[in-house]
Amino acid sequence: MKKIVKFLCVAMVCVIGAALLTGCGGEKKTAQRELKVYNWGDFIAPDVLKDFEKETGIHVIYDTFATNEDMYVKVKSGGSDYDVAVPSEYMIKRMIKEGLVEKIDTSKLSNYKEIGDQYKNLPYDPKNEYSIPYMWGTLGIIYNKKMVTEPVDSWGMLWNKKYSKQIFMLDSPRDSIGIALKYLGYSMNTVNEKELDAAANKLIEQKPLVLAYVVDEVKDKMIAGEGAMALVWSGDAMFMKEKNPDLEYAIPKEGTNLWFDSMVILKGTKHMAEAEEFLNFMTRPDIAKRNVEYIGYATPLPSVQKQLDEAVQKDIAAYPAADILKNTEVFDDLGDNLPKYDKAWTKVKVAQ
Amino acid sequence: MERRWLVYPYHIWMLLFTVVPLALIFYFAFTVKGTYAFTLENIQQAASPVYLKVLWHSVWLAAVSTFACFIIGYPMAMILATCRVKYRNMLVVITIIPMWMNFLLRTYAWMTLLEKKGLINTVLSFFNIAPLQLLYTDGAVLLGMVYNFLPFMILPIYSVLMKMDRSLLEAAGDLGADAWTSFRRVTFPLSLPGVYAGMLMVFMPAVTTFVISRLLGGGQYMLIGNVIEQQFLAIGDWNFGSALSVFMMILIIISMALLSRYNKNGNGGMLL
Amino acid sequence: MMRFLRRSYTALIFAFLYLPIFILIVFSFNDSKSRAAWGGFTLRWYEELFSNSAILDAVYNTLTIAVLSAVLATIIGTLAAFAMHKDMRQWEKKIVMNLTYLPILNPDIVTGISLMLLFIFVKMNLGLGSLLLAHTIFNVPYVILTVLPKLKQFDQSLYEAALDLGASPSYAFRKIVLPEILPGIVTGALFAFTLSIDDFVISFFTTGSGVNNLSILIYSMARRGIHPTINALSTLLFLVVLVLLLAVNRRVTGEKKQKHA
Repeated sequence: MKKIVKFLCVAMVCVIGAALLTGCGGEKKTAQRELKVYNWGDFIAPDVLKDFEKETGIHVIYDTFATNEDMYVKVKSGGSDYDVAVPSEYMIKRMIKEGLVEKIDTSKLSNYKEIGDQYKNLPYDPKNEYSIPYMWGTLGIIYNKKMVTEPVDSWGMLWNKKYSKQIFMLDSPRDSIGIALKYLGYSMNTVNEKELDAAANKLIEQKPLVLAYVVDEVKDKMIAGEGAMALVWSGDAMFMKEKNPDLEYAIPKEGTNLWFDSMVILKGTKHMAEAEEFLNFMTRPDIAKRNVEYIGYATPLPSVQKQLDEAVQKDIAAYPAADILKNTEVFDDLGDNLPKYDKAWTKVKVAQ
Repeated sequence: MERRWLVYPYHIWMLLFTVVPLALIFYFAFTVKGTYAFTLENIQQAASPVYLKVLWHSVWLAAVSTFACFIIGYPMAMILATCRVKYRNMLVVITIIPMWMNFLLRTYAWMTLLEKKGLINTVLSFFNIAPLQLLYTDGAVLLGMVYNFLPFMILPIYSVLMKMDRSLLEAAGDLGADAWTSFRRVTFPLSLPGVYAGMLMVFMPAVTTFVISRLLGGGQYMLIGNVIEQQFLAIGDWNFGSALSVFMMILIIISMALLSRYNKNGNGGMLL
Repeated sequence: MMRFLRRSYTALIFAFLYLPIFILIVFSFNDSKSRAAWGGFTLRWYEELFSNSAILDAVYNTLTIAVLSAVLATIIGTLAAFAMHKDMRQWEKKIVMNLTYLPILNPDIVTGISLMLLFIFVKMNLGLGSLLLAHTIFNVPYVILTVLPKLKQFDQSLYEAALDLGASPSYAFRKIVLPEILPGIVTGALFAFTLSIDDFVISFFTTGSGVNNLSILIYSMARRGIHPTINALSTLLFLVVLVLLLAVNRRVTGEKKQKHA
């Protein structure tokens, strides 16, 4: 008995030791050029990476994340060593502020000129020093034409008692509180507690009408005709419309949120040249076209936009007209004011 | 005789991988964000009525689903333990295979089953029953919890029931006990350690799960796991998140200690 | 009558457990990216699956980690249970038990981040090694929880009797103790394997670049909708497990028959 147990003890120590050693194996020394990319899941056309490797000889290690916050914790804590990441705009602003991203020398990117002017000089990166837009879109209401008869032109539709228990909201404080703020005529980036309180009360008032606060499942639910209206991101709206022609997307007149997922180079990268090559490759029109056709969101490259199906180009869910875009706000990083939104959201969620 | 050499390796393991991470959480819980300064503010905030309400709801849901797992799982464990040897191992593995499919996929599949135009309502419509709102209810959340934790109740009970000393049952029978009496007086008391283990393994993770309530319950309310996750990720306030975690741990330990007072000899896997 | 009751109850439970799996399998043949609509029968997700090296890598990592961490956790957990059961003083046992169970109470996010901080602090490179260690760590309490009740149930006098009759301690352990507590150990190992396969949050924070498991892949798809190739993969894994199980069972019962003959 003693022997067996002793043997097992030794075996255990050995295996753990081995595990630790392989973990601490140190940097692999290969002559090969390498690049580590961190992107959203399913957010790149198939084979684009293979083509990049073939053209440049750079070996790409490609990982995916589920939320901006997951990515941020990994990068900030030093638990990863990625070179390129694709965060959303508010997260980019936070990362700039905390010095987690490198400056990008856009003069080295020959395809940078392809990016449309309206996607440059945005509040989260006013001098275009840190980020290259990858995809963008808006926030709006998707509704089922068979169920909703009134024109959907205001956020107020989501408060319409006629559609009680047929409305889906996003389980995301920034977005749901954001539209309540917009409906009340405030800014989506407000840090005024009175305004936030009003928005929370507005959402509590809406709560009995809401069937569920959802995240990504909303797509299946709306396609299946389980709800009349839902608050969604435009990229998902395109997908839903394709699967169910009864669905239509609308951007309310009070204005909405404009969002970006942009590429950044992470601080401390040892592969600056490779990263630049990658960014340039991804902004090349033929590659950007493949990506946008696969992903179904909107591209910041006007030349690519012109090559897409006419129906897509005119679709408000993909490329809203300029006057609608003027009436949008980009999320700002709230910094220390973030808990105010959390408090408001908790208040909404615990209300009965 | 004490064999300390068997005790020490686990002490070291525990120190490294349980105590140190826990200490880290306590450290965060009692310091001001970004500094080393001691504070009780986080804990005080965690004990505010809003979060107590959230915690109460989480514990309540977990307790109900633990109880449901027990009621549903115990007979199944008995069946497994007493079935023919030929099939036994296979049946045990079959009980757990569904859990090898990804959690998210399983839960999405339940959503498909439960929705207004889903399979269950379609079947009901054959019997002329009007579609029910199954999804986004408390019932759906409980169903999801029972589904995901049921094997964690069945198997520990099964493993204790198996190889239970049969002669005891026979003796009970010889002494004139009917089947129910010998179950109540012999089998059940002897299986209690397994029951406790199963209950712990269902209840503890169930308190902090939140994906089930978000997907099947439609995110209508917050559970404690939800709030803590929100603090760690969305808000980035690890200190308050840790405080919530510590507060929850302490409350649950105290209540379990109080509960275990009531069963003096049943220290089988019970806390304190 | 009793037999009928037993059979129907078993059938009912299995129906409950397998209903969602059945749905999942059906959707792996659905020619539509959405689960909401049936777009016709297709095998294209299966084709795509085999050309997707990221998914295949993740399968490999998932299974390796699950098997290794289950084996490690079972060994460590069983030994710990032994130590707790016999060799610890009462007060010591209480403390150790509580410390063992506490991590189960922690939300995954807390465990994940605290382990990540620990690994970074000791300058361990995050990767397959740290992933394996993390999985072993959160699996150990489950093994202890299933083995301990078996030990309590075990009649210590049997072991001592064997020693008195001249059996060596290791022989007595193998022949007397092990068979008695084996169901507990097997259950613990099954739990460890299951939990390891299904874990997302802790894996996400303790892995390094280039090392993914299936959960990380699947959860990160959530924003855009989980790709149907994952359904195809799950179906295949399910079938493989089932076939293996039947084969093993057949062989075991076949051997038994031969012995009887």
